[in-house]
Amino acid sequence: MARDFGFNRATVATAVLLIGLALVPAFAALFDNPFLVTMVNRALIFALAAVALDFIMGYGRMVSFGHAAFFGLGAYTVGILSTHAAQDLPLIFGWTGTNEALLAWLLAMLLSGLYALIVGLISLRTSGVYFIMITLAFAQLVFFAFVSLSQYGGEDGLALWGRNTLAGIGLDHRVGFYYLCFGLLLAVWYLLHRLVRSRFGRVIQGSRQHELRMRALGYNPFPYKLTAFVISGALTGLAGALLANNNEFVDPSLTSWMQSGNFLVIVLLGGLCSLVGPIYGALALLLMEEVLIAMTEHWQIILGPVLILVVLFFRGGIFGVLSAGGGRHD
Amino acid sequence: MKWQKSYIAAAVLLGAAAVAQAAPVKIGMVTTLSTPGGYLGDDIRKGFLLAIDHGGGKLGGVEVEVLVEDDGLNPGTARQTVTRMIQRDGVKLMTGVVFSNVAMATVPQALKEGVFYISPNAGPAALAGERCHENYFNVAYQNDNFDEAMGQYVSDQGIDNVYLLAPNYPAGRDHLAGFKRYYKGKVAAEVYTQLNQTDFAAEIANIRAAKPGAVFFFLPGGMGINFTKQYAQAGLSESIPLFGPAFSFDNTLVNAVGEAALGIMNSAQWSADLDNAANKRFVADYTKKYGQAPTLYAAQGYDTAQLIGSALAATKGDLSKPDEFRAALRAAKFDSVRGDFRFGNNHHPIQDIYVRKVVRGDDGKLTNVVVAKVFDDHQDAYAAECSLK
Amino acid sequence: MQLFLEQMLNGLQFGVTLLLMASGLTLVFGIMNLINLAHGSLFMIGAYVGATVVARSGSFFLGLICGMGAAAIAGMVMEVAIMRRLYRRDHLDQVLATFGLILFFNELVRMVWGRQPIAMSTPAWLSGSVEIIPGIPYPEFRLAVIVVGALVIGLLYLLIMRTRLGMWIRAGASDRETIGALGVNIRLLYTLVFGLGACLAGLAGVMAAPFLAVQSGMGENILILTFVVIVIGGIGSIKGAVAGALLIGVADTLGRVYLPPLAALWLPPAAASNLGTSLASMLIYLVMAAVLAVRPQGLFGGAHGS
Repeated sequence: MARDFGFNRATVATAVLLIGLALVPAFAALFDNPFLVTMVNRALIFALAAVALDFIMGYGRMVSFGHAAFFGLGAYTVGILSTHAAQDLPLIFGWTGTNEALLAWLLAMLLSGLYALIVGLISLRTSGVYFIMITLAFAQLVFFAFVSLSQYGGEDGLALWGRNTLAGIGLDHRVGFYYLCFGLLLAVWYLLHRLVRSRFGRVIQGSRQHELRMRALGYNPFPYKLTAFVISGALTGLAGALLANNNEFVDPSLTSWMQSGNFLVIVLLGGLCSLVGPIYGALALLLMEEVLIAMTEHWQIILGPVLILVVLFFRGGIFGVLSAGGGRHD
Repeated sequence: MKWQKSYIAAAVLLGAAAVAQAAPVKIGMVTTLSTPGGYLGDDIRKGFLLAIDHGGGKLGGVEVEVLVEDDGLNPGTARQTVTRMIQRDGVKLMTGVVFSNVAMATVPQALKEGVFYISPNAGPAALAGERCHENYFNVAYQNDNFDEAMGQYVSDQGIDNVYLLAPNYPAGRDHLAGFKRYYKGKVAAEVYTQLNQTDFAAEIANIRAAKPGAVFFFLPGGMGINFTKQYAQAGLSESIPLFGPAFSFDNTLVNAVGEAALGIMNSAQWSADLDNAANKRFVADYTKKYGQAPTLYAAQGYDTAQLIGSALAATKGDLSKPDEFRAALRAAKFDSVRGDFRFGNNHHPIQDIYVRKVVRGDDGKLTNVVVAKVFDDHQDAYAAECSLK
Repeated sequence: MQLFLEQMLNGLQFGVTLLLMASGLTLVFGIMNLINLAHGSLFMIGAYVGATVVARSGSFFLGLICGMGAAAIAGMVMEVAIMRRLYRRDHLDQVLATFGLILFFNELVRMVWGRQPIAMSTPAWLSGSVEIIPGIPYPEFRLAVIVVGALVIGLLYLLIMRTRLGMWIRAGASDRETIGALGVNIRLLYTLVFGLGACLAGLAGVMAAPFLAVQSGMGENILILTFVVIVIGGIGSIKGAVAGALLIGVADTLGRVYLPPLAALWLPPAAASNLGTSLASMLIYLVMAAVLAVRPQGLFGGAHGS
C-alpha cells in the first residue's frame, strides 16, 4: 500500500515543508518568539547553498568538498562592496562600491560563477576522490587569500555597516527579509527542478551513470558538467550574499573546509538527489545544533554519532524517510 | 510571645519570597568551550563562577542567572546564539567572548539591540577606536597592550636587534605594530608565518642565521607551543632569548610546552604573585575550588564578574535605566585582582603592565613570576580615535 | 649555501613527518578504496596516549608502543563497527561518516584529558644536536624522525611486495571475490590492514608529539596536508606517497623561506611581505592543482580512486 502512495507522499512532504516555512513568521508572532524567524531564516540561506550543491552532487555525481569557497566569495563580495560604499572609499577605477542588492548580489553570483568556471575547468578532468580533494584545495586557496586580506579584516573578519538595500528599500525588516530569502529559495529550487528535467538535466544524469554511452551517443558531457558546476557555484555565491546580509558580518571561516563539510552534511541528512531534501537537511542540522548546544557544551559528542547513524541507516535522508522509498536512487 | 515570633518569621519568609520573585538578572555568556581554544572560555567561566561564590551565590547582592553556551569559535554560530539569548531569553547583559573574530561578529549586533556587552578577553583595535560604543566595556586589555610593554622592556634591557615573528593575519600585524610602537632598536627581520602552522624548522634556521639579540613572537595557542618546543630542540633558547605577550605563556600552555618554556619572558597585566588582598584571595580560593592554578583568563573572568557585581549593587539590579547602569560600570568600583584598574574614555582599561618570567613553582609545575613593572596606568593607542569622552 | 642546504633538510624532514601520516592513509585508501577523514583522530589518539604514558613512566619506548597500540585498537574497533559497512558505498558517505567521527573523537579527548593541551617532552637521549652540515647543529630528534620514516616505508614496501600477507593485500585490492574464494578471510584481512594503517597514524602521532602541541583537533591541521600528499602522489601508491610527501615538504618549506624576499624584489616591503606570505601558504594547493591538471590520477596513480 505504502508504495502506491510513494509519489503522493513525496508531494505531501514537499507541500507540508513549503507551507510550514511560509507560516513561520505567523507562528513566531503567535508565540511571541521573534527568534524563530531569525533561526529559520539562517537555515533557509544554508538550504539555498545546499540545494545548489545537491544539483551537481545528486544528479551529476560531482562531490564538491569545496563549495564553501563560492559561499565565501559571494559573502565577501557583498561585504567589500558595502564597506566601500559606507566609507566612500574608491574600490576600482574610482568606483566606491555599492550597497544596492540588485547590483551587489549579481556581482556576487558573477564572481563565484567565474571562480567555479576556473575550478571546474581543472577539477572536472578528474573524478572520484581526486575531484573531492581538488575542490577542497581550491577552497583552501580562497580561505588563505581571505585570511591574509588585511584591509578587509583578514582572519578577524569584516563587520558590515548595515544590510544592503533592495531597489532602495532597506532589508532590516526581519519578516520582510525572511520572505525575500524564502522567495529566492523557491525560485532557485524551481529553476533547478526544471533544469533537472530538461534535456540538459538528462545529459548530466546520463553522464553520471553511463559516461561512455553518452559519449557514444555523441554527447561530450564535459561542457554540460562544467555548466552545471558554474550554475551551482553562482547560486552558492548568492546564498553567501544573503548570509552576509543576515549576519552583517563576513569572515574566512565561511570558506573553511569545515563549512564545506557542513554543506555535505546538510545535503545527505536531508536526502541526496531530491532538491527538496536539502531544505529539510538545513532545518534539521541547524535545529539540532541549536538544541544540542543549549543542552550540553559537549554537543559534538552527540552530533558526530548522529551523522554516522544517518549515513549507515537512513540512506535516503529525511526526505527519503518521509517519502518512503523516494529520494535517493543509486 | 510565641505567636509574635512566628509572625516575624513568616514576615521574613514572605520578604525573602518577594526578593526571590524579583527575577534574577540574566547574564548571557557565549564563550569558546570547544576547539583547541576551548580552555580559554572554560577558565573565564571558572573565574566568573568563583566571583559568584564569593558573593554568596549573588553578584553585588543581586540574584543572577548565568546562561553559558559554547560558540565553537565560529562567528556565525556565536552570532546566532547571542541573537537567541537577546530575542528569546530577554538577556540585557552579555559577556564571555574570547576571540577577536567572534567579538567582531557578535558585539556590534548585540549593541544594536540595546544590550550591554562586557568583553572578558578579546580587545580588537576597531572596538577600542572608531567603532567604540557607550554600552561596550572591555575588562581585559586592548590587544596591543602586552606587546607595547614588551617593546618598552626589551629596549630598556639594551637589546637593540630583535627578530619579529607573528602569523600572517591582521591581528599578527597589530601585535608586532604594538611592539614596534615602544621598541627603539633595530628590527632584524619581520617574518609572518602561516595560520595554524605546525612546522617552524625553516623559520628557526633563518633566526639562527640572522643572529639577532632576541626574538619577539606572537603565536597564540598551539602555534606557540609548536614554535617554543621546536626552538628549544634546535638549542637556541640559551643563545637567543624569547620574548612575547602572555598569550603563549599562561600557566596551561607553559606546562604543555614543559621544560622548553623555562626562563621565557612574557608581558601581562596580571600575575598570580601580584601582592594585593583581592588577588591572594582569588588565587587561594581558585586553586582550592578547581585544583589547578588560575590563568590570566580566569583572572579576567573573575574581574568581569566583579565589575558586573559592582554595577548591579549600585543600581540594585535594575537594568531598565541604562544610563545609571552605564555610569556604574564606568566607575568600576571593585577591587581588581590586578590592583589599580579604571576605564579610559573608550571603556578599555587603564592599568599597569608587567613582565613575567616562567619558573618552576614549589609544586613542581611551571608558573610565572613578576620580574618588573613596565608601565604604570597604561592606556591603549586607539583611545583618541574613539568618539566617547 | 649552507643555509639553503639546511632548509632543504628541513623540508625533507617535514616531508617525512607527512609521510608517516600519509603511509597509513594511502594504505587504507588504496586497498579498501576508503576515504578516512578520521585518520587525523587516530594520529591524535596516538599522541595523547603516548604523551600520557611517557609522562607516567618516563620511557619514550613504552609511550611509543602504547600510542601505536591504542591507535591500532581504536582503528580496528572503528573498522568493525562502522567502516566495513562503508566499503561498497559512495565516497560521499565515507566522507560524512568519518567527518562525524572527527567531531566525536575531538570531544571525547576533551572530556577525557580536559581542554588544555598536554605536555610531551623530547626523550633526553635525543634532545641534543648533531652537526651534519658543518657549522649548523641539527636537532637529533628531527633526525630520528627521518630515520623512523625511512624504516617504516622500507618495512611497508617489504610487507606488501615480499610477504604472503602482502600478496593477499595486493590481490584483495584488485579482486575481492577471487581472494575470498581462495579461502582467505577477507573481513579479518581488512580489519588487520585498517589496524595497521591506524597503527602507523599512532606512530606518527607519538613521533610528532615532542615538537607539536598535543591538543584536541591537532590531527586536522596535518590531515589536509596529508590528503594533498597522497592525492598528488596518486592514491594507493606507496611510491606516490613518498614522492608527494617530499615534494610538499620541500615546496612548503622553501616557499615560506624564499617567496617573501622574492616578492620584495618587485613590491614595496609591506605589500611584499603580505603577498609573499600569502602565496607561501597557498603554494602547496597550487602545486596540487597544477599536478592534477596535468596528471588527473596523480604522479603514480593507477586505476584507484575513481
